[in-house]
Amino acid sequence: MDVSEFQDSFFEEAGELLEGMEAHLLALDLAHPDPEQLNAIFRAAHSIKGGAGTFGFEALQRTTHLLENLLDAARRGELALRRGIVDTFLETKDMLDDQLNAYRQGQTPDPEALERICAVLQRLANEEIGTAGAAKAKAKPAKPAAKKSSAKKAAADKSPKRSARKKSQSAQSPARDVPAWRVTLLGVNDKDRDLLIEELGHLGHVESRHSEGDRHEVVLVSSESAADIEAVMCFIVEPEQLKIEAVVAESASGIDGSVPQPEPKSEPAVEAQASVEAEAPMAATSNAKAAARPAGTHTESSLRVPVDKVDHIINLVGELIITQSMLNQVVAKLDGPAHASLVAGINLLERNARDLQEAVMSVRMVPMDHVFSRFPRLVRDLAAKLHKDVELVTTGRSTELDKSLTEQIIDPLTHLVRNSLDHGVESPDEREAAGKSRTGTITLSAEHQGGNIVIEVSDDGAGLNRAKILAKARERGMNASDAMSDEDVWQLIFAPGFSTAAQVSDVSGRGVGMDVVKRNIEGMGGRVEIASRTGQSTTIRVVLPLTLAILDGMSVRVGRETFILPVTAVIESLQPRDEDLHGTAGGDLLLKVREDYLPIVAVHEAMDVAEACTDATRAIAVVVQGRGRRYALLVDELVGQQQVVVKNLETNYRKVPGVSAATIMGDGSVALILDVNDLCEIAASRKENGVFADDVLDARAIGSRMHALHRSPSHHESRSIH
Amino acid sequence: MNPAASIETRTGDDTGSRQFLVFSLGEEEYAIDILKVQEIRDYDHVTRISNAPDFIKGVANLRGVIVPIVDLRIKFRMENAAYDANTVVIVVNIGKRVVGIVVDRVSDVMTLAPEQMKPAPEFGVGLPLAYIQGLGDLGGRMLILVDIEKLLTSREMALVDEAGESRAA
Repeated sequence: MDVSEFQDSFFEEAGELLEGMEAHLLALDLAHPDPEQLNAIFRAAHSIKGGAGTFGFEALQRTTHLLENLLDAARRGELALRRGIVDTFLETKDMLDDQLNAYRQGQTPDPEALERICAVLQRLANEEIGTAGAAKAKAKPAKPAAKKSSAKKAAADKSPKRSARKKSQSAQSPARDVPAWRVTLLGVNDKDRDLLIEELGHLGHVESRHSEGDRHEVVLVSSESAADIEAVMCFIVEPEQLKIEAVVAESASGIDGSVPQPEPKSEPAVEAQASVEAEAPMAATSNAKAAARPAGTHTESSLRVPVDKVDHIINLVGELIITQSMLNQVVAKLDGPAHASLVAGINLLERNARDLQEAVMSVRMVPMDHVFSRFPRLVRDLAAKLHKDVELVTTGRSTELDKSLTEQIIDPLTHLVRNSLDHGVESPDEREAAGKSRTGTITLSAEHQGGNIVIEVSDDGAGLNRAKILAKARERGMNASDAMSDEDVWQLIFAPGFSTAAQVSDVSGRGVGMDVVKRNIEGMGGRVEIASRTGQSTTIRVVLPLTLAILDGMSVRVGRETFILPVTAVIESLQPRDEDLHGTAGGDLLLKVREDYLPIVAVHEAMDVAEACTDATRAIAVVVQGRGRRYALLVDELVGQQQVVVKNLETNYRKVPGVSAATIMGDGSVALILDVNDLCEIAASRKENGVFADDVLDARAIGSRMHALHRSPSHHESRSIH
Repeated sequence: MNPAASIETRTGDDTGSRQFLVFSLGEEEYAIDILKVQEIRDYDHVTRISNAPDFIKGVANLRGVIVPIVDLRIKFRMENAAYDANTVVIVVNIGKRVVGIVVDRVSDVMTLAPEQMKPAPEFGVGLPLAYIQGLGDLGGRMLILVDIEKLLTSREMALVDEAGESRAA
């Protein structure tokens, strides 16, 4: 048995539980907490504690135990939640994250941090628990209960037996008396039995034990719940071998060990009861609840699979698609009627292969919720720090995105949200003065548009300040004029080191960032756009491909070679007219597209292709966006649009300038995927070298002698492979 | 995956003899450790890579894996680097990488006893001493034993990025 495997799954699960816990904590309505939510938070802490105990992660166990007690009090109404308390819980959650990470790396968590958080939780338990119960009790007829519970608290605190028993029990829920449990073991062999009783000794005090045939009874005085005791035992005995009953005169009902994990579910009735009466009925209540729960409440079944296994399947399916395309080409050459059944079979195969590909790709897809769920916390903490009132609205949480992309998008998005909070949303007073509500809104949204996902971060803050950006740009010696369009002005903030923040704050404004954001997103094959109305809003829009493994490609021919352009980068394509081509003194060729003059980069120059069409008017200009600039790529012909499987060139070779990756075409040959960000830089550096400076202009002069190589630009929407 | 793996048991005997794949470049016969060889395939469908040295013919698709193809004849400055029916690509495994090398002809697999493996001469075999493991003496027939791993990961071959190079070494 490999324990590390179980540990890994515990780490994963605990991580998810903590995330869920944070989400619930943030969503809590402090005045009227939803009991279900409190239960969910409690259960998360409880489950982590159980696992931590199993693997002997003491720090984790100790922290979760303290937290669990507080949460338990909260859900029973004995702890009145305040913002400060929720903050402490959130802080504890972070601490638990750290501890998990430390254990994951085989280290021991920072003992100082542990002591600190334990002290905080302990103090909270001492100071806060009971006050809410007292308040509640006061409102109800059972006034003596308040006294009773405080008396119990005193008794509990004095009880030397308890404090000496186990260090992780140092924070008992003070309102609780120590119940006794009769644990009955049926048909357990002697060795296991001794082991179990020893285990029980850790949970509490074994008062008595006696055997009768294969039946063994232990009376245990413990503050742990029946479920906890069962959880400890269930590693060794089968549920039907175990019976746990509360030894309390007025509660005869026992807990049948076969009920899976009966976790007490609190409801208003229980809350009232808990503060008014002794603890014993809790067992009865939980038992009733557990029994009432339908037998088959399995949550949705899922399977944890390592990502590389999925990737391997995706690779294989990619191969299948290529093989399938090859067959298609062969069949296309055959005489249709004579091979009707073969053609039909191939068509069916094609459809099935596509379906399979989509199904496999969907395995890697995860909802944006994974990304968005971390922002409520961020916004909450930052808003408090900046003394701003901000509400975060998220839409499209279920929009799916490739897992590897969700991991990469987190950093840039975090940056954008921070920027919105710091620079976008104004302080409440400023907002009021501007006639807006004091609370600002930041909206995070995600939606699918074609093969892309569009993620937007928008705020209803002050908007971008055109004059300020222009002034700053000039100050930095950048090329900026008042005649620039808004769109171009906004793009200036993506320049390296650009920041208009009046003051450098802790949050943002250090002048690093937007350029990094842009680079990261472009590195993922996406692009960033800004829309802003001064005084009203700023929206930053990130357009990303859904996956990195497959790319919507436009195949273009240059000379006798085929290249793939990412469709995301392509804006339009057209055939340049002679009057739209303008040579410049530096040897550059500019193409006038409506109002703009775009620099031309000839692919045959940048990629050194022989036998290509060198006459710009006979070639096709594909307008693309790379590194935030628009320019035109000159190719011979547009061949078609198709999905291609992205293959890394660097696996066996090295980075090739101007090329982002490679793919395999239907005929089994390799085609290079052009990197539009890189290409314009290659072209620029070549121009500086002066090597190719004159080619295009000369080519224009002799263009008439060249034979036509082009076809009119048209987008073939088919997914066929040429 | 690696067909050579099964041979290992035979070559790893205590006599110290090793098996080599013999190929020719022009008139000369070369040999590389068979354990490095993954497969031999035809030379076809090679996609040119721009701005690469002339001996890097490009990349090819090897069952879904993109593999660079190096023409050793051009690298060794042979005069006649034609592609005909005999031209083949030897696919070799170097560390974690897969590289195809173009040669004129693959002749056979030879087992060389230790006494048949002679140290390389100081000069006169066309390529730097560092890439030669020794000479194979088959009584009148001479094989140049190439350290293919060292050769292909060398900076001069420009097959590996600088960072990757230090990793491979």
